[in-house]
Amino acid sequence: MTFTSPVLSYTLLSPMLILLGGALIGVLVEAFVSKAKRPIVQLTLALSVLTLALFQVWNIRGEQSLTPAMGSIIIDGPAVLLQGSILIISIIAILLIADTEHFTALPAALPGSEEERRAIAMGTQVTEVYPLTLFAVSGMLMFPVAGDLITLFVALEMLSLPLYLMAGLSRRRRLASQESALKYFLLGSFSSAFFLFGAAYLYGYSGSLDFAGIQTSVVGGTGNDVLLLIGIAFLSIGLLFKVGAVPFHSWAPDVYQGAPTPVTAFMAAATKVAAFGAMLRIYYTVFANAEWSWSPVLTAIAVITMLLGSLVAVTQRDVKRMLAYSSIAHAGFLLTGVIALNKSGLDATIFYLFAYGITTVGAFAVVTLVRDSSGEVTDLNRWKGLGKRSPFAASTFAFFLLAFAGIPLTSGFIGKFSIFSAAYESGATGLVLVAIFSSALAAFFYIRVIVLMFFSDASEDGTGVEIPSLLTRSTIVVSAAITLILGVYPTPIINFISDLAIFIR
Amino acid sequence: MNWLTLLMFLPLVGAAVVSVLPKANEKAAKQAAFITTIAVLLVTIGMTLSFERENVELQFVEKYAWIPSFGINFAVGIDAIALVLILMSTILAPIVVLAGWNEAHGGRWSVKTFYILILVLETMMIGVFAATDVFLFYVIFEAMLIPVYFLIGGYGTGERSAAAVKFLIYSLVGGLLMLASIIALYVMSGDQFGHTFDINELSQLQMSSTTQNLLFLGFFIAFAIKAPVWPFHTWLPDAAGSASPGTSVLLLGVLDKVGTFGMIRYCLTLFPEASKTFTPLILILAVISILYGAFLAIGQKDIKRLIAYTSISHFGFITLGIFAMTTQGHTGAVLYMFNHAFSTAALFLVAGWMISRRGSSTISDFGGLQRVTPVMAWTFFFAGLSSLALPGLSSFVSEFLVLVGTFTRYPVHAVIATFGIILAALYILIPVQKALHGPTTPGNENLKDLNLREKVAIAPVVAIIVVLGFYPSPLLKIINPATTNIISQLGFTDPVPSIEDK
Repeated sequence: MTFTSPVLSYTLLSPMLILLGGALIGVLVEAFVSKAKRPIVQLTLALSVLTLALFQVWNIRGEQSLTPAMGSIIIDGPAVLLQGSILIISIIAILLIADTEHFTALPAALPGSEEERRAIAMGTQVTEVYPLTLFAVSGMLMFPVAGDLITLFVALEMLSLPLYLMAGLSRRRRLASQESALKYFLLGSFSSAFFLFGAAYLYGYSGSLDFAGIQTSVVGGTGNDVLLLIGIAFLSIGLLFKVGAVPFHSWAPDVYQGAPTPVTAFMAAATKVAAFGAMLRIYYTVFANAEWSWSPVLTAIAVITMLLGSLVAVTQRDVKRMLAYSSIAHAGFLLTGVIALNKSGLDATIFYLFAYGITTVGAFAVVTLVRDSSGEVTDLNRWKGLGKRSPFAASTFAFFLLAFAGIPLTSGFIGKFSIFSAAYESGATGLVLVAIFSSALAAFFYIRVIVLMFFSDASEDGTGVEIPSLLTRSTIVVSAAITLILGVYPTPIINFISDLAIFIR
Repeated sequence: MNWLTLLMFLPLVGAAVVSVLPKANEKAAKQAAFITTIAVLLVTIGMTLSFERENVELQFVEKYAWIPSFGINFAVGIDAIALVLILMSTILAPIVVLAGWNEAHGGRWSVKTFYILILVLETMMIGVFAATDVFLFYVIFEAMLIPVYFLIGGYGTGERSAAAVKFLIYSLVGGLLMLASIIALYVMSGDQFGHTFDINELSQLQMSSTTQNLLFLGFFIAFAIKAPVWPFHTWLPDAAGSASPGTSVLLLGVLDKVGTFGMIRYCLTLFPEASKTFTPLILILAVISILYGAFLAIGQKDIKRLIAYTSISHFGFITLGIFAMTTQGHTGAVLYMFNHAFSTAALFLVAGWMISRRGSSTISDFGGLQRVTPVMAWTFFFAGLSSLALPGLSSFVSEFLVLVGTFTRYPVHAVIATFGIILAALYILIPVQKALHGPTTPGNENLKDLNLREKVAIAPVVAIIVVLGFYPSPLLKIINPATTNIISQLGFTDPVPSIEDK
């Protein structure tokens, strides 16, 4: 047996390589740099690595290649767009992560132990979160560009494992945070198992693990359809879990609530882009010719995801849980774009992902500002009268909520309009009607929060609004600006997306 | 000259100026807002003078690419109907600012914010009538809700936040139904001749009658909620009852007209066949609105809610005129929209002054105002007469035209609707009698009469009501060519009135 050395196209792989390299350096920083200097060194490192990777993504924007890494990675227009979105969202989110006070001083210490008290007294800051973020980002970059099932699985694990850890790092309510991390981990592993199981069936069906091979079998239609169906079903479960679609959503509210808010922001925004990016590639290329097998099921899932997400959100009393259910509803809206299976569906989904991701980071950034003496206040009843105490926090949050609700002049409206019209174009009229009905339901609970903030009298219970630090303020301002610009004049970005978003097979 | 963009841009400039003024200097904010609205009015008058009356095409057309990949343009242009409504809005704006000089003081937020909201709203009021791109129209239609929502919730009284939410939810649901129809139009246009939102091009779409009926309903329900037509009206009394008088004037005078304007501009133009199919049903709803609004108005104890219910009745007349599908009916409906704005403005503004002086909005708390505050009392009486369409006042002309226009094609509806006029006498004269005449209710002895600012604010309203009552032809000359054109485009000819021998 002869060994052929792999031919790698380093330029095309560079965004991922830069991220991985940066993450490894981050680990070394943890080992060699003094405690006092670590936060600033890590932040600088993370920011420069992300920016550099973004720069590289920009440089390769016109490239198309099926074989930058021997077929394991596919770089094309959508890949560039999705990687770019993930990086931009991560840059904004890392500014939020960098803000102090969110993370436990010593993750290894038991909650409430003497050890923990000492660490807090010493003013230690956990900086492991930076390399963990970078690892997660590199997994996310790889997820939508994977060219075979093994790479896809590796990317899935690479983005998930750091997130499981990060979810448990909260400074306050550590037990809840750790519980959420454990829940996320257990359910996540469970879904990974499903994913692998599906991959095995697809291998059995087509005799190949790479997308091109599977696609050839699907197009040829010679294989055993039962294997294909089982394969698609289980693979989809793994993916739908990551995006938080019903009925695989049960982790989302707990994890959103338990995790430190900056991590929630990062996870909610970036993971969705990565996972939907992978779904788009898989359904639009590999399984495009087997639409009959997945489209009806995915339609049903989209319908219940939109309805349940919007309905349950109405009853929530905690702002982070409410945003979790809202993100579930949005996963449903995004699924309508996947189901559309046409060029405008692809463009619309990518636009929606980017717009939604930015708005999400911004919204959670505002959540970090509302605090009392024992940390963040997420009980909605205590958000009453926020408009009086902090017009900045309340009005930006209201703006983000209006964007979630899809009110015109926000990015959310353009996203919703384009994704619904793509679905309608594909003939999914019923789905569009359900989507519009859910939007109306969803608008109700977004508006309820605005009412609480502006029209209710403040409760005198010590809930205060922290003056945002420069980092958090920039997160909020940048997110709000992008949300507004994409709502008022989205033409450049829409054209950019539609020029680039063509999958190569 | 880019009249329309200039018009839309001016209030925004004013809003920007107000926003940089120091918070403490409330007077400057008010003055800046007032000057801006006057400037807008002057520009509108200039535009009206250069409007070509006989030309039934859209005028002052401007078109800029906005989102080309979706075929979306920032496209504006007006016909006579839109011109009249823009004129109406821009006349009302300075009056509202002047009349409600102290209105913002009881609000949750600063006076400054109030005027920024009003000015932003004025831009949108002009834009919503001027838009000729369905997408642009929808964007403004929805975005308008936000300033109104904050105006009601922030500067209203009583159950203001509940009323604001109810208003917003109703409107959003209607808007989303319209969005569904718009998406369908967009996709069909893509199939037939390339994506577009241009209203003229969209009216060329070929569609099956089922599709047309469904899409029509999407638009119509949105407009019926906005207008509001029975049974979609329940938000209005709450909203108008809670909003400050100035906001109520804009809400009933201008925003609700977007509903009836939309019925003409969008429902009739885009879905002529479906409009005809649904005409019998809509006429019944209109007649019910007329009577229902009137009956409930008679029973109201709260003066603001009373005015809201009278408006439901009036919107019934407007809808009746639109769907009677005669030139007279249409002309009457458009004129009605214009006149209703001023009679309602008069009622709300004077009622607002009465309420702020007395500290109560219950009708029975007033009494004998005629002796204590004669000017205020007589103005209120006059506003009431205008609302009940007394001959010689402007509303009479439009109500008469609507009824005549309806009678030629639907005599039964017209006869039933006429009962609305009789009821109007009741719902106006009963509160007038209670509030103005009779012995002075204890506590009212020291109420102050209208001051100079208030007199100046109400004077133009009174003047318009009287002048248009005697001499409506300048407006009718503008409106008539446009409505004649719409009716003939729909394929209708006016029935010739005849006296049959039986």
